Amino acid sequence: MSAKRVIRNISIGDLVRYKLPVPGVLSILHRISGAVMFLALPALLWLFDASLRSEVGFGQARAIAGHVLVKIVLTGLAWALLHHLCAGVRYLALDLDLGLDRMASRRSSWIVFAVSLALTAWAALAVFGVI
Amino acid sequence: MPVGSRRVVVGAHYGLRDWIVQRATAVVLLAYVVLLAVMVALARPIDYDAWASIFVPATMKIATLIAFVALAYHAWIGMRDIWMDYVRPTAIRLTLQLVTILWLAGCLVWAAMILWKV
Repeated sequence: MSAKRVIRNISIGDLVRYKLPVPGVLSILHRISGAVMFLALPALLWLFDASLRSEVGFGQARAIAGHVLVKIVLTGLAWALLHHLCAGVRYLALDLDLGLDRMASRRSSWIVFAVSLALTAWAALAVFGVI
Repeated sequence: MPVGSRRVVVGAHYGLRDWIVQRATAVVLLAYVVLLAVMVALARPIDYDAWASIFVPATMKIATLIAFVALAYHAWIGMRDIWMDYVRPTAIRLTLQLVTILWLAGCLVWAAMILWKV
């Protein structure tokens, strides 16, 4: 082994034109949403702790959750949970050999996006006190 | 494969087990999320008493703690996969994995403390 050669099957320039198919977008968002929830865990536990500690703590948690920036973050976390959960159900189905061919897997990806985003919209309405 | 001090730090035999555990814990978490959603829906409108009373029964404490154990294991496998995919230097990767374990273990203990105060 002399000089190392880096072997790529696409050039850097190709990356610009390289488009991730819908199942790929779903997949990377599944990973990102999981990592986001992992990082948010202590903050959520803090809210959980306060909300269960006492009547006063519940009021404090509710007041914090009432701040508009916190509402935006909570809506984002609701999306992370719902996307991760819906995409996860799809992966469990794929593991059972359901919907493995290309068209079916693309269709189920679109369904995951439709369902998780609709549920997120509903969660956002609840977080912002509309419903 | 390099051996000795240049050994590649990967294990063997844990791949399939973790793959199965990640799916089993996913099913546990899915069931718990549905359970909690139903409990909250039934307890509406949610004030302190209604919220706290969800977590008073021992069965719900146990179910919630089991869900947190499943969450910790599930998140550990997922985060470890992320570190293995993107962090090549072994020292940094192992440090991040250790921090991940401490992070999740801390959250798990904290969750138990919260639950048993209610």
